[in-house]
Amino acid sequence: MSGMSKIVKTISSITFPLITIYGLYVIAHGHLTPGGGFQGGAIVASGCAMMLVSYGSIWIVSRVKEKNLSILESLGAVCFILLALLGLGFGAVFFNNFLVGTNSLFGVVPAAGSGLADINTGGVIPLMNFAVGLKVIAGLFGIVLVMAHASRTKGEKK
Amino acid sequence: MILEAIHIILPILIVAAAAFAVLTKDLIAAAIAVAAMSLLLSLEFYILQAPDVAIAEAGVGACLTTAILVIAIKATKRMEEEA
Repeated sequence: MSGMSKIVKTISSITFPLITIYGLYVIAHGHLTPGGGFQGGAIVASGCAMMLVSYGSIWIVSRVKEKNLSILESLGAVCFILLALLGLGFGAVFFNNFLVGTNSLFGVVPAAGSGLADINTGGVIPLMNFAVGLKVIAGLFGIVLVMAHASRTKGEKK
Repeated sequence: MILEAIHIILPILIVAAAAFAVLTKDLIAAAIAVAAMSLLLSLEFYILQAPDVAIAEAGVGACLTTAILVIAIKATKRMEEEA
């Protein structure tokens, strides 16, 4: 499908970074506030779909290949399963939260319960949120991109 | 008091938007009505103390579904252009 007018393109270019930052915030604070990997990924994919509708699929396909999106989606799933298997290796059970209590990355246990500012907590849960977010962004944007590029009319082929 | 009024008004608006989406002939207007229904539904989820579901509904229902519907409608001929 072709693009829209210059007004739509300009407003989309201004609002796309704000939507992306908000979606990444929802993903990164998934263990503290409402939301998580799926919700933040859906927000980021909504921003990408807005760029797709305003700029047209031909402009987007010349920059983002559907094969690369598929690779990113598979990478998210592989990271999720790999983290779960690492729990099996370091601890005793599948999905064991082996990072919590180690005072390293995301491993701090706050003294007085978890507040909304303690982002360095949660153990392996934020990493799994990142993996799910990557998978949801690539998957949902891939679906919309393939649908828009396959349904373009005959006059605008190439 | 205000919260009870919102609890009464919001479902009526949701049903009205859904009925408009079913009854109208214009496909783009129907897609926008579905998006409005989804947004009101996410507001209803939020005042029912489920912010997690509200974010997912607003992201998937109001944005991605509308984008897919608009893309699908753009690939077809609009009914009122033929007449």
